[in-house]
Amino acid sequence: MKKRWISLFVENEVGMLAKISGLFSGKSYNLQSLTVGETEDPTVSRMTIGLISDDITFEQIKKQLNRSVGIIKVIDFTDTPIHMKEILFVKVKGCNKSDREEVFRIAQVFGIQVTDYGKNSILLESTQTEARNNDIINLLDQDFSGRIEVVRGGSVAVEAISMQDR
Amino acid sequence: MAQIKGTDLFVKALKEEGVDILFGYPGGQAIDLFDSLYGQDDIEVILPRHEQALVHAADGYARSTGKVGVCLVTSGPGATNLVTGIATANYDSVPLVCFTGQVPMNLIGNDAFQEVDIVGITRSICKHCITVRSREDLGRIIKEAFFIARNGKPGPVLVDIPKDIQQALGSDEYPSEANIRSYKPSTKVHEGQLKKAVNVLNNAKHPVFLIGGGVNISRANQAMTRLAELTRVPVITTIMGKGAIPSDHPLYVGNIGIHGNYASNTAISECDVLFSIGTRFNDRITGKISEFAKNATIIHIDIDTASISRNIVVDIPIVADAGNAIDKMLEYARPLPTEDWLERIQGWKDKYPLGMDQRYPGLNPEKVIAKINELFPDAIVTTDVGQNQLWTTQYLSMTGKRQLLTSGGLGTMGYGLPAAIGAQLGNPDQRVIAISGDGGMQMNIQEMATAMCQELPLILCVLNNSWLGNVRQWQEMFFDKRYSSTCLRYRKGCMKDCLNPEKCCPPYTPDFIKLAESYGAQGIRVETAEDIEAAFQAAKNETKRPTLIEFIIDPEANVSPMVPTGKPLNEMVLEC
Repeated sequence: MKKRWISLFVENEVGMLAKISGLFSGKSYNLQSLTVGETEDPTVSRMTIGLISDDITFEQIKKQLNRSVGIIKVIDFTDTPIHMKEILFVKVKGCNKSDREEVFRIAQVFGIQVTDYGKNSILLESTQTEARNNDIINLLDQDFSGRIEVVRGGSVAVEAISMQDR
Repeated sequence: MAQIKGTDLFVKALKEEGVDILFGYPGGQAIDLFDSLYGQDDIEVILPRHEQALVHAADGYARSTGKVGVCLVTSGPGATNLVTGIATANYDSVPLVCFTGQVPMNLIGNDAFQEVDIVGITRSICKHCITVRSREDLGRIIKEAFFIARNGKPGPVLVDIPKDIQQALGSDEYPSEANIRSYKPSTKVHEGQLKKAVNVLNNAKHPVFLIGGGVNISRANQAMTRLAELTRVPVITTIMGKGAIPSDHPLYVGNIGIHGNYASNTAISECDVLFSIGTRFNDRITGKISEFAKNATIIHIDIDTASISRNIVVDIPIVADAGNAIDKMLEYARPLPTEDWLERIQGWKDKYPLGMDQRYPGLNPEKVIAKINELFPDAIVTTDVGQNQLWTTQYLSMTGKRQLLTSGGLGTMGYGLPAAIGAQLGNPDQRVIAISGDGGMQMNIQEMATAMCQELPLILCVLNNSWLGNVRQWQEMFFDKRYSSTCLRYRKGCMKDCLNPEKCCPPYTPDFIKLAESYGAQGIRVETAEDIEAAFQAAKNETKRPTLIEFIIDPEANVSPMVPTGKPLNEMVLEC
């Protein structure tokens, strides 16, 4: 079992998202994240899909996607040079003064932006790789257990030109 | 540019696609479409009595003619009744285009009367499904629907047309070709890969061809027969591949699978090269996966990439249409010295031949089917699902123009009669025979009316054992004869734990003969083997109405041999 990434070009049509998510649920494939948005061509949408599977199942998933009407292109991003980012919001609640100082320190060290801030709460925004965002959440959860609220956007990825994220 | 209604473009499109028969059932949201079909002579509209049977009829028409079957039904329940038929066609790769009426665009999502999200419901059982959301897309969508249904791996396509789109005026142009950027099925054969496969075959000592439905779908039976004869390699088929070469051919071994024959299953287990074409290695044919053809190099030709290395990991995959691949192979293949191997297989055939007569003397399904083989060698045969289907696949001869239409993938009871109607409409010069059980026949019995009204001389064989026999057989073998809900003679007063089929049982209902007669059809009950021929002769004499022949068979007759679930193919129970 291994974490995999797929980039999909699909027709920008009603029902495409349902079709693809339905394919994953109907065949019991383990879908972890899915993002979708329009491309430079408004008739085409692009999806970035993260999943965990073994080699045989992953081959089957790519074939099932490839044969589906409406899917224009399937690209396996698992082992190719790409840039990949995920947006993450973490709201830390119930902060006293020393908590706030600690949150600011963490933000500074991990390259996280403080987006909003009040008397008791701080909102952090992190646009990093999914793995790094996982680490940030783990760290904040240790320090502020039960007081964090997490919203994640899912990863978007694009082929690298000369540098890569991973 | 002339402006015409959506419904008129719909009819024009069907004509340009060469549709000569449409299976339709009207309703509120399809009434405009039916109005445009009224009074024209090019497309014959057939009115089955239930939408599920309607799709099966279109399916039978499509399988037997190779053309696209076309359905037209209304929204809501009309559309949901299609579901079983669409799934049946999808599993067996049958090209259908199903049109559903839909409530007007402004009512979609309002829980309007007879509104359902049929595209959402059928998404996972269709090759493609779409709602037409603009009148200007209508022609293109219909063109693409036919293209998708018939190209690549064939399958059902659903086109949902809201009523306001049907009524709207728009262009009268119907596109001459489909160009779908997200669907470009390959029509080529990878020659390098094919040569590699033939090379492996040429060096085999114990090769077999395993042929699935793909060969029948691409109408490559004669080419396959030539290939077998050229190479001298024995041929084993799946249920769907039956008929790939004539069943009386000396190179034909039989069916593989849980109800295949001993020789086929043993040959698969012992072969050194398994050359498979157009099969997806369904669990009904493989038995225990880890033991399946475990000493063999496996070559797999299939039109569908997703069918390759899904259930069985293969050594040489080739994505191609079966017919194209076989034609190419004829260029490269050469005769193999298989005499000893064929002799061994013949030994297995002689040791454990199929046959029911010793165990069930008197009237039995083997005798009924043998008589069909004798009297109707060219008839198209449809089946239901259960023991009737398994006996048919065991004993039916595939010779001449014979085709076998059966729900192999989904296993749909109630398929036989409506599929026979579709097959007969598509093949008016051939006899069509349906072989059903008493359970399956009752699932679409209302189609007797359609057969009568269309004056179809169908021969409907009901193998009546008064049980849901295949499940009863499993209950006998694996559930200690706890016959839960499988007795069709059961009445309110019966003991809940009855173990004695046919001991002082209440009478069977319905009376199939009276039922047939009530539709105006001929009904004949056969209770002894001696009466089989006379019944078939009486049926043969009918040219304008169906004949239902009810064969009263042993309630405890089982299908043998059998591979129990989870066992390898070569561990068959020879007498069930």
